[in-house]
Amino acid sequence: MTSTRTNPRTNPSLPPAAAGNRLVAGTSLWHDAFKRLQKNRLALASGIVILVLVASCLIGPNLIAAIWGYDYETQDLALGARPPSWSHPFGTDFYGRDLLTRVLYGGRVSLSVGLLAAVVAATIGTVYGAVSSYAGGVVDSVMMRAVDILYALPYMFLVIILVTILGKSLLLVFLALGAVGWLLTARIVRGQVMSLKEQDFVAAARSLGTPARDIIFRHLIPNTLGPVVVTFTLTVPAMILQEAFLSFLGLGVQAPRPSLGALINDGANQMLVFWWTLAFPGGVMAVMLFALNFLGDGVRDALDPRMRR
Amino acid sequence: MKAYVIRRLLELIPTALIIVLGSFALVRLAPGSPFSSEKEIPPEIRRQLDAKYGFDRPLPEQFIRYVGNLLRGDLGPSTKYPQRSVNEIIADGFPVSLTLAGVALVWSLLLGITAGIIGAVRQNTAWDHAAMAAALVGISIPSFVLGPLLVLLFALRLHLLPPAGWGDLRHVFLPGLTLGTIYAASIARLTRGGMLEVVRSDFIRTARAKGLSERLIIWRHMLKGGLLPVVSYLGPAIASMLTGSVVVEKIFNVPGIGPYFVDAAFNRDYFLVMGIVLLYAFFLLLLNLVVDVIYGFLDPRIEYP
Repeated sequence: MTSTRTNPRTNPSLPPAAAGNRLVAGTSLWHDAFKRLQKNRLALASGIVILVLVASCLIGPNLIAAIWGYDYETQDLALGARPPSWSHPFGTDFYGRDLLTRVLYGGRVSLSVGLLAAVVAATIGTVYGAVSSYAGGVVDSVMMRAVDILYALPYMFLVIILVTILGKSLLLVFLALGAVGWLLTARIVRGQVMSLKEQDFVAAARSLGTPARDIIFRHLIPNTLGPVVVTFTLTVPAMILQEAFLSFLGLGVQAPRPSLGALINDGANQMLVFWWTLAFPGGVMAVMLFALNFLGDGVRDALDPRMRR
Repeated sequence: MKAYVIRRLLELIPTALIIVLGSFALVRLAPGSPFSSEKEIPPEIRRQLDAKYGFDRPLPEQFIRYVGNLLRGDLGPSTKYPQRSVNEIIADGFPVSLTLAGVALVWSLLLGITAGIIGAVRQNTAWDHAAMAAALVGISIPSFVLGPLLVLLFALRLHLLPPAGWGDLRHVFLPGLTLGTIYAASIARLTRGGMLEVVRSDFIRTARAKGLSERLIIWRHMLKGGLLPVVSYLGPAIASMLTGSVVVEKIFNVPGIGPYFVDAAFNRDYFLVMGIVLLYAFFLLLLNLVVDVIYGFLDPRIEYP
């Protein structure tokens, strides 16, 4: 496997076990992996936690608005900074806004930015890596040299420049994150395609006169999806962290719209007086990242049994 | 070996040029200018300012002049802080950021490798599970949550360390810990994985067969295998420690380079942004080279092409 050198940790390859299972008819790699994932109780629990988080972030703010009439931006200074109570389970912030609503709304922002940025990164990385590797030769060396150079650039600084150039909108934040975050995927896919393109089915397709574009998109990329999915699941929490990092610096989602990073920034400034303004957003953020990382680990183990010990 | 290093150093020259050109283009083609964020400036003053910094010349000419200054070690003036040059700002801030990243690196290696060895040597025991669970928790706690928590515990409750600021040795600990912990977690997982990778290999069996003590096998042979993935992770890790210190510097009010960078990017302080980006990029390029060379020392199977 040529890609072993690029990154030992996130370099799963198609399981050799699949070859041994040839007698069991109709068990695809994905089916097999899903069964393995179901046996991993911690990963399954993480998956449930994520589902609960996603569901509450999606419908929570609207549900609360319907029942109690809170929203994320209306200020009521008379209600300022109340500790958790029955009417405000997470308390209120300095301006009297319901913290639960704001945390859930911030969670919605974090999850969507994480997911979309990871999709952007995975798409760019997969296509770039596959094209580079399939083209080979000079094209390949130039394209990978570009990746090397980008790899050497201070990543977060690049994102900060992009965000200040593009303006501070949510859409642009995830575009900027995704636009810089595809390097690892590109390297992994390139390594996979290097060995795939020498195989007989590719030679067969080529001898039938299949255009390069179809070979790349129909034959090569589908065969690299295993490692791509693994990288993707671990990119999502990384992107969520980056978005929070930007919001913490004041570069992400702009007030009055909340995001977890911005909420944590506010909370950290007032943690001695109003502990709940740090505890709840920080706690939700940590649980979200923990569950996503654990699920990502589980997916990797399921797709690559060699990694399991 | 020597030839390899020399060739890699030579390769840095075109790479460096591309980076200079790329960041110049990125920074200069952005909308806005250093003087547009302030309140309205009369056009004639604006023209004078542009002329003072040379912004009225065509871009290619400005680029060539910039590269010329760069070769003489002059990073240019700062438009936001007119009384200071970019060199001065960097000379003030970079050593602080570097110290912080250094402390974080040492801490993450100490903690991470220790936890990784425990996990690998005591594989599938309670020790292993505890170490790896702790690592996963460590990966999941962002520095801006961990930082305030550490301040709360060590500074405000136990009164052991100052909560913020910079000056003497005691100021280094909390930000260093905050920055390093998340990497310690990754290093622990990589060390464990790398050691388990080699645990069943022939050279370990040979070592056992010739009667080496278990301690020697762990420290001399298994650890070397375990450190390979860690070393290749170190390049990107140090990079993100250096840039990640932006957040930690903000939490602990450390006078590093991070706050300058965010400000500079906002204010289109062209020379300052470029100076910081280039400084970090070259630092990282050299670092990756060092990492590759260390890699060769650890794994004798690697041949230098």
